Amino acid sequence: MVQIVVYALLAVAIIIPVLVGVAYLTYAERRVLAAMQMRKGPNVVGPFGLLQPIADGVKLLGKETIIPAGADMVLFIGAPILTFFLALSAWAVIPFDAKLVLADINVGILYLFAISSLGVYGIIIAGWASNSKYSFLGSLRSAAQMVSYEVSIGLVMITVLLCVGSLNLGKIIEAQREGWFVFRLFAPDGWAVGVPLLFPMAVVFFISALAETNRHPFDLPEGESELVGGFNTEYSSMSFALFFLGEYANMILLSAMTSILFLGGWLPPHDSVAFVPGFIWFALKIAAVLFVFLWVRAALPRYRYDQLMRIGWKFFLPVSLVWVVVVAAWQLFLMGPPA
Amino acid sequence: MPATLIFYLFATVLILAALMVISARNPVHAVLFLILCFFNAAGLFVLQGAEFLAMLLVIVYVGAVAVLFLFVVMMLDIDFKQLRQGFVRYLPLGALVGAVLLIEIGMMAVHWPTMAGAAAQTPAPAALGNAEAIGAVLYTKYWLPFQVAGLVLLVAMVGAICLTLRDRGQVVRQNVSVQMNRKRSDVIEIKKVPTGQGISDGGMA
Repeated sequence: MVQIVVYALLAVAIIIPVLVGVAYLTYAERRVLAAMQMRKGPNVVGPFGLLQPIADGVKLLGKETIIPAGADMVLFIGAPILTFFLALSAWAVIPFDAKLVLADINVGILYLFAISSLGVYGIIIAGWASNSKYSFLGSLRSAAQMVSYEVSIGLVMITVLLCVGSLNLGKIIEAQREGWFVFRLFAPDGWAVGVPLLFPMAVVFFISALAETNRHPFDLPEGESELVGGFNTEYSSMSFALFFLGEYANMILLSAMTSILFLGGWLPPHDSVAFVPGFIWFALKIAAVLFVFLWVRAALPRYRYDQLMRIGWKFFLPVSLVWVVVVAAWQLFLMGPPA
Repeated sequence: MPATLIFYLFATVLILAALMVISARNPVHAVLFLILCFFNAAGLFVLQGAEFLAMLLVIVYVGAVAVLFLFVVMMLDIDFKQLRQGFVRYLPLGALVGAVLLIEIGMMAVHWPTMAGAAAQTPAPAALGNAEAIGAVLYTKYWLPFQVAGLVLLVAMVGAICLTLRDRGQVVRQNVSVQMNRKRSDVIEIKKVPTGQGISDGGMA
């Protein structure tokens, strides 16, 4: 009984920083975009506009919840709850520091992959339950997009796992002590120079992460120029807020996954700065990846749907599939399998 | 004790959800109950210490197969009256299949002790995690069934593509390299239009 209470408190201790992170990610997004477009962005509510997310949240919760007459009530309300629940439940296995992890399970990376592959249900159920053409088209697009890019994300994870030899997230981070996987030069014995074997996979992973979170330039599921608002056209008030929070929590989650797989998670960049706690490095790395998410939004126009499907299936899938074979062969014939 | 309680929770929800799959009026609800089934089955796997299988079940069945399933069911235009018309006609066949499955499960339950003996032929190495244990036998002892299973899936995929691929003639194909290599000078022409005179070719030269 005591154990359950302790776990509940630990879960709250993870969820609250995530939610605060989500709130300030929306603020950061508006400020960064504004800076890149030479505007000011939100700067009125509180110092530097820092209270803006709170004001927005309160405004959103004060709105009336509208449920369309033809909607499937249970599923319509359940979909945003599911999205939000999944976005938070993935954080259970994320290691924030050497010993700082709620559930240190053996199959951590598979758990993350499973949870992120479930994210599509919230959207597809929302689109169907809304009983609206725009929502349904948005959700179909989203389902096709997320299923397509999951394939390459899975294969990229396999290349990393081949270099680590474990599915445990802590071990994946520990394996990067000699160098983060994104820049690591894999040099077999006797070779003067190594090869950045995983760098291309880091790029593929990041681009797939953009598609998986329905972010720009792959935000076709809610392409407002064609679909009004996509899958969340019919949502308002709290149910919309849950979608919104879930989407941004997913962005933070995929940034965390990128830092765990390729940027060394909580490891400091150099031993000389090891006195700074690991979770601060982890947060900084997540913030750096998130900044690129926002930067991409400011810099690139939206893709056409056939182009999106084309790079997913005809470019990322073959490239990552070949790379799995290349990394496996490299490990087996040149470096010996990981310990 | 909590493990037993959780087992009964998962098992009860699993069976109730399975019942709802076949009794739900709306096919989309049926698929969603099927997904709930998969989830509880994954939960049972975790309770048995087979966390690798549990994750694969969620990733493959829930994350991929059921999504496509839901995708198709949502887009079907199902007429329930029509669907129920054949119910009585197909009842004997359905009952037969159900009975055969029930008898098979019964036989397996009766012979459970000998089944345990059969499973003991490939003891799981205690020192390995269960992902490693599966890998160690899947790619050595059972490599042939594994490869054959892959081949069967490939044949099914090729078959599905053959059945649906047809040349419809006037299909507009996107040639991305042509699109990307298009020069500004190929598509845009800027003309000065003198006030009050216009241009003779209507700008379409």
